[in-house]
Amino acid sequence: MQLFPCPFCGLRDEREFQFAGEVGKTRPNTSEPVSDADWDTYLNTQRNEKGAAREIWCHLPCQEYFVMERDTVSMDVFGAIALRKDPS
Amino acid sequence: MTGSRVGSGGLIDRTKPLSFCFDGGAYSGFSGDTLASALLANGVRVMGRSFKYHRPRGVWGAWFDDPNAIFNIRLAGDEFPNCQATTTHLVDGMKARAVNAWPTARADLKGGLDYFHRWLGAGFYYKTFMWPDWRLFEPAIRRMAGLGHLDRNTVAGYVSDQLHDTCDVLVIGGGAAGLTAARACAEAGQEVVLIDDHPELGGGLYRRGLAIEGEAPEEWVASQQKAIRQAGGRVLTSTTGFGVFDHNLVGLAEHRGFSSAPRLHRMRAGRIVMATGALDRPITFANNDRPGIMSVEAATEYLGRYGVLVGRNIALVSNNSFSKPAAERLRAAGAEVTECDATRGPIRALGGKRPSCVEIGGQRYACDTILASGGLTPVVHLWRHAGGKLDWRDDLAAFVPGNPGKSMIAIGAANGSFDLEDALAEARNSARSGSVSERRGNYRITPLWPKPGSKGRQWIDFQHDVTLKDIEQAARENFVSVEHLKRYTTLGMASDQGKTSNMAGLAAMAAIQGKSIPETGTTTFRPPFVPVPLELYRGHNRGQMRNPLKRLPLEAVHRAAGAAMGEYGGWLRPGWYGDKSEEEAIRAESKMARDAAGIFDSSPLGKIEVMGPDAEAFVNFIYYNTIKTLKPGSIRYGFMLTERGIVYDDGVVSRLGPDRFVISCSSSHVDGVNALLEAWRQDGNDPDRLFVHDTTANWATITVSGPKAREMVGELGTGLDFSPESFPHMTFREAAFQGAPARIARVSFTGDASYEVAVPAAKAETLWETLIAAGGKRGAGPIGLEALSVLRAEKGYLIVGKDTDGETMPHDLGFGIPRLKKQTEFVGDRSLHGEVAKLETRRQFVGLAVTKPSGPLPVGAHVVDIREGRTVSIGIVTSSYDSACLGEPIALALIERGQARVGEYVKILHLGETRVAQVASPCFLDPAGERLNA
Ligand SMILES: [Zn+2]
Repeated sequence: MQLFPCPFCGLRDEREFQFAGEVGKTRPNTSEPVSDADWDTYLNTQRNEKGAAREIWCHLPCQEYFVMERDTVSMDVFGAIALRKDPS
Repeated sequence: MTGSRVGSGGLIDRTKPLSFCFDGGAYSGFSGDTLASALLANGVRVMGRSFKYHRPRGVWGAWFDDPNAIFNIRLAGDEFPNCQATTTHLVDGMKARAVNAWPTARADLKGGLDYFHRWLGAGFYYKTFMWPDWRLFEPAIRRMAGLGHLDRNTVAGYVSDQLHDTCDVLVIGGGAAGLTAARACAEAGQEVVLIDDHPELGGGLYRRGLAIEGEAPEEWVASQQKAIRQAGGRVLTSTTGFGVFDHNLVGLAEHRGFSSAPRLHRMRAGRIVMATGALDRPITFANNDRPGIMSVEAATEYLGRYGVLVGRNIALVSNNSFSKPAAERLRAAGAEVTECDATRGPIRALGGKRPSCVEIGGQRYACDTILASGGLTPVVHLWRHAGGKLDWRDDLAAFVPGNPGKSMIAIGAANGSFDLEDALAEARNSARSGSVSERRGNYRITPLWPKPGSKGRQWIDFQHDVTLKDIEQAARENFVSVEHLKRYTTLGMASDQGKTSNMAGLAAMAAIQGKSIPETGTTTFRPPFVPVPLELYRGHNRGQMRNPLKRLPLEAVHRAAGAAMGEYGGWLRPGWYGDKSEEEAIRAESKMARDAAGIFDSSPLGKIEVMGPDAEAFVNFIYYNTIKTLKPGSIRYGFMLTERGIVYDDGVVSRLGPDRFVISCSSSHVDGVNALLEAWRQDGNDPDRLFVHDTTANWATITVSGPKAREMVGELGTGLDFSPESFPHMTFREAAFQGAPARIARVSFTGDASYEVAVPAAKAETLWETLIAAGGKRGAGPIGLEALSVLRAEKGYLIVGKDTDGETMPHDLGFGIPRLKKQTEFVGDRSLHGEVAKLETRRQFVGLAVTKPSGPLPVGAHVVDIREGRTVSIGIVTSSYDSACLGEPIALALIERGQARVGEYVKILHLGETRVAQVASPCFLDPAGERLNA
């Protein structure tokens, strides 16, 4: 069981967290035409990186959404920053 | 004569005799015995039957490494399946039976299966029972194979506690190395926890039987333990580290007596010192599975720990230097020991259930017991759980822990340091850098591995009856990867998970392929290290402790009114009231609600407030329906979709002001909707201009619905004008009720004029009593959720998740306009125009009318059609009731092209019975909506 750093609460057990998505996926602007392929990519395609990954997670008890950098092989966690403060 | 108790020595208490039964015979042992040691002391050798051939088996090991002796144990009326005889401590009154044997392990009737072994090789089941269908054979095969049987009764109070704990250093293994390391770390000021799976610390010191640092083993162990405790260290005995998980979490199972559930410790360790020792591995030779053949380590363990001499006339067959001190130890206890060099030539055991001699390279040695040692294998399971690598060491003929883990070190025999002095030196270093000292290494071994093509039946996996020939056959059929070999032959899949068999199995495969052992590799080591009851993981995380019911502020009031309480969407709510049968009560309540009025507790309805300058655009984006045109004081019904366009929730939105909305989602979806809103708020919006706050628990809501509802709410003393002109449907008012704020909303889930009155939870009881009093005069009263379900179905009002499924889109429900007309972006918008959304065969929401005599349709029944001669499902009945108001049964359904079928008759199929129903509009009552303003 991993320990994840909530920017608001600190290190907590992974069971308190929920994966919300990969960083960098933006919703297509649906007020303009969006192709089936682009919408399908948005809904279904994940990079699912092996190794270094940047992901959005939610800490369920405080509901903070944050960006976490971690390694999906070694399970090392490198850091976390609140989503609203993430420059990317 | 076989096994016997020696006069003194061991850790057992000879002043405390215990009685027990095994396979119907009565025996006695001593406090401190395991079932296996007590049986050996009584001269019992056959303790089990193998899984496939039902071959008689005795114990090979003395602790977790025995795959043979597995018992069902009855104690004080409770039955415990699959107990390992070598790790189960004796309790007075135990009644044990060998599993997989009938009537007893000694005289197993299925023993005759062994004569068919030629046809029962690897892959036998896969190859033989494929035609015509495996499922025809499976029940009989499962009955014949399998281990212990389950008792249908549960054991009262068998509940695991679960503890969360941390320490600087967790030392796993309380032998000489572990004790020394724990002491060194504790005395260096580190917070230490030392665990050992035996009830007594000391590990291999008792089988060694010699003084250590000038003290007898028991005294030395006591001094170390005292020093550890004095330095602030903690010691947990009878505790197994069964798994190492991510981020240095170690699962510890603390045994707390035979009939009690073990306790789970989730130990988060800064550093792990693995001092788990090493195991003696079997030698693969002809008939090596006979009772009376056991490991050298086990024989000395039975002697040193339990005071049991396993045989009188012992042939000790070994390929390494560690058997010499063992032979001396056994001789000192009174046995005749012949030391035989295992590397001299082919080995064969002779004799039946009891060995008579062992033949090595043509020379025979008479004996009553054969002890075998094929070399020591470090116990590296936890190292591999943690992701550490293994190195092969030719000088030890063993895998040892390789590159040190980030926060884990291995010391002592677990690290391949089999000599005590080396182990102690490593242990003393562990407090500091964790660096490993230079090893002198007195251990000498001549590698001895299975030789493909050897004669006789040579067992590799004792419990699962995997022989050398099975491995050769697997190789011929190209199951050469160790992972394939394991699954094809079931090698290493016995309850010991390969502790005794894996090394021999992979060495055999390496030899067959002409590869080295490290090239061949090992299978994956997975937790748990030893079997643990599932209860360990479950603990108190069950029932109400896992998923607590949400309770209404008025629960006591409902109970006093005779409510039958039930779970509805996670809430405990009144199903119906009074002493009548459920059916009669529902009919009476729904009729009363139509004739006068029904009063019901709708407190669980969601009340999530969305506030801030960006609230309007946000709610408009979240909802399928256009919300930005909603005026303050007004209410609108709508759907929330997922990005896939699937209906997630329905409910009403009330606009309190320009920047303030209340989302009234379904009772069972409050947490989910709140999470969804929060996700969109923080991802894609400015969270400083938008706030989401769930106030559901703050308010209690009582709804009054029916022709008399308006008069009744008029008696609340709010001063509001409830006339339909000044308080129309789909509006709300903020008012005061007895000095407290109140929100009164005119929405309807019944088709009748309805008022939802929300007050702070503390005022709920007064509000309820006032409305009940106002209703009593008018023939109105409380109704439960069941009657409400009927009322809403009569109007064709759907329940998301009941009348919709994971494919339902809003236009399937008759709400197609925003899909075509809404101008701004909303969640799920693009999905509503995808290929699937445009299919003409989508299942649509309709009603089903049935004739009265046949009664209501079963919920879940299929609507079927015949296509190309085959019956196919074209839909499903989602709701079905006997409507007291309409005098006939009604149903709601999702049916392919349902809206175009209105008026058609369709077939309904359920459990082989076919009925006919007519597709109808889902709204059965008052389609013009006149009752809303009646
Ligand atoms: Zn948090």
